[in-house]
Amino acid sequence: MSESPVAPDRLEIRGLGVAVDGKQILSGLDITVPKGQVHALMGPNGAGKTSLGYAVMGHPKYQVTAGDIRWKDQSLLSMRPEDRARMGLFLSLQYPTAIPGVTTVNFLRAALKGQGKELPAREFLKLVREQVAALKMDQAFMSRYINDSFSGGEKKRMEIVQLAVLRPEMAILDETDSGLDVDALRTVAEGVNRVRGDGMGVLIITHYQRILDYIVPDRVHVMAAGRIIASGGGELVDRIEMDGYDPFLLEAGLEIEVGAAAAAPVG
Amino acid sequence: MAVAAKDLTKDYKYGFNDGDEFVYRAERGLSAEVVADISRRKSEPPWMLEFRLKALEHFRQRPMPSWGADLSGIDFDDIYYYVRPAEEQGRTWDEVPEGIKRTFDRLGIPEAERKFLAGVSAQYESEVVYHSIREDLEKLGVLFCDCDTGLREHPEIFRKYFGTVIPPNDNKFAALNSAVWSGGSFVYVPKGVRVEIPLQAYFRINTESMGQFERTLIIAEEGSFVHYIEGCTAPTYSKDSLHSAVVEIIAMPNSHVRYTTIQNWSNNVYNLVTKRAIAKEHSVVEWIDGNLGSKVTMKYPSIYLMGEGAHGEVLSVAFAGDGQHQDAGAKVIHVAPNTTSTIVSKSVSKGTGRTSYRGHLKVYPKAHNVRSSVRCDALLLDEQARSDTYPYMDVEAEDVQIGHEATVSKVGDEQLFYLQSRGISEVEATAMIVNGFIEPFVKELPMEYALELNRLIALQMEGSVG
Repeated sequence: MSESPVAPDRLEIRGLGVAVDGKQILSGLDITVPKGQVHALMGPNGAGKTSLGYAVMGHPKYQVTAGDIRWKDQSLLSMRPEDRARMGLFLSLQYPTAIPGVTTVNFLRAALKGQGKELPAREFLKLVREQVAALKMDQAFMSRYINDSFSGGEKKRMEIVQLAVLRPEMAILDETDSGLDVDALRTVAEGVNRVRGDGMGVLIITHYQRILDYIVPDRVHVMAAGRIIASGGGELVDRIEMDGYDPFLLEAGLEIEVGAAAAAPVG
Repeated sequence: MAVAAKDLTKDYKYGFNDGDEFVYRAERGLSAEVVADISRRKSEPPWMLEFRLKALEHFRQRPMPSWGADLSGIDFDDIYYYVRPAEEQGRTWDEVPEGIKRTFDRLGIPEAERKFLAGVSAQYESEVVYHSIREDLEKLGVLFCDCDTGLREHPEIFRKYFGTVIPPNDNKFAALNSAVWSGGSFVYVPKGVRVEIPLQAYFRINTESMGQFERTLIIAEEGSFVHYIEGCTAPTYSKDSLHSAVVEIIAMPNSHVRYTTIQNWSNNVYNLVTKRAIAKEHSVVEWIDGNLGSKVTMKYPSIYLMGEGAHGEVLSVAFAGDGQHQDAGAKVIHVAPNTTSTIVSKSVSKGTGRTSYRGHLKVYPKAHNVRSSVRCDALLLDEQARSDTYPYMDVEAEDVQIGHEATVSKVGDEQLFYLQSRGISEVEATAMIVNGFIEPFVKELPMEYALELNRLIALQMEGSVG
């Protein structure tokens, strides 16, 4: 990152340690994502990628044990999830939660209102309709209960509808690509590309190169054992695609566990 | 029983009282003299006095129910069984005593009447103080008045059906009601008449230690339709009041009766109500029963499916906050063949609140080809909150299809986090989850009631989370 006269807002994580139920998941993790850039976070299952997303958003189960998470030069650690959202943060979940009885449109209205970004009814409905259409979803989804009986792919699309409606300044997309077929992947990626820009930073958590063909990252980070073990440009994606994560693990002095990828409990 | 009034008033906006507004009040306590006094003041025919006195005997003989909620706090000697609030019943609100009118204004009844009701009955203490019905319905022969007027002015219909669905010896509290009943609604819908706009009755207790014993009788003749709605509130006192109603519905062949209750008594009212319907051939009876208030509620709306092809539905929501026990449920008795029923019960327990679902499904041997589905969902908001399910099934026929599902869930951390991560506060997120949970109930309500219910839930959530 070059020094500009006015440095952009940045998500800055230093020496982060996170525990879940007393078990240490992340430790000594450093990463910085400036607004206006796309970073990719890759790594084998169990590396702690999802935990990082939850910790940034303030999930109560993910206890910060060390270090700091800063956004816009403020520590987020004492903030509730809703405060973090109001500051412009967004987390697209790997497995979005269903809320039976709460329609998508009411959910979105409440979210905008909660963030102090309420729109007049007509404008709001127009915006939601456009974004639902842009993600190639039926308008009927607006009156369906949020994520209730949605397919995996529909949930992922709905996360991007939310991204487009809420317009955060820093979005973490946790495996938004997993479980999507090629067409759906392109639709979702295009959705992200439409809304990102100078006003939004994006951290894409993924296993695969696929989505990065559509959303080209400015920087790539490789994560294992709860910390970042390598950072670089797009060439890292090619290396991973070719040789997998093992060379990275070896370079970092980590053991390669046979079958670890399949058995890891925490993503 | 000695709960500080301050605790009870929390979040309850109907807890105001008007001071003493009455023209006559019987002595505290229950006796044959009090019963005879009520009957005399109402100038009732001798058969009704006899009915009352017999019921009093039943009441005395029957023990308190040993199952269900804790009723040990009721002191039958400390209750006013009859309070007459005004000399005359008003046909316009101007005829209602000023203080009482103000109360109903605050409760929004005249406004609701102007907006979306076909008829309104407002009961204050023991008597209906205001009553109206749209003229067009009156011309079609629809009767909607209080039960005392029903007895006086329509004795032939009244006597034919009164006490036939719920006899005085049915249970202790039905017996009590039968002895001291006063007010309530008498609804008669003639053959083929469809009352498309709801009729509403509103019940208000004002006096401390008051017993309200309204009696409701609804007769829907062949092919008719009626939707009756009742609401209720009371002031908050440190001493408990008792509300013990009896509701009887007779649905003639091909008729359709929907009965909606939004019970929002203050948290010092024992609400012990017997509700039962008889459904004849191809008729439909629906109980839509919402219980938000009261200290203790015991109420199990029931439907006897007596005629072939009849359909019964009980959709209920119970919300128990701190110190409340909602012991509610449903009973459906399939007597005739090809009858169907659906029971959906949703309960929410908050703080030390407790909900119980108590259900009874019975299928008689001759009732073949019966289909029934029962679904009970409980949502717990706190660690101490409690929910129990007592489903009882008694199936004597062979070719029946019965489905039963029960779930208990807690407001999930994941649901809360998801909503919060989108900028919604924890309190609001909890209210959204609860409102979502009871959505299948709310969507059956007229819009005005749906909005009110959502608002009440939001109110209940405030100051309770986080």
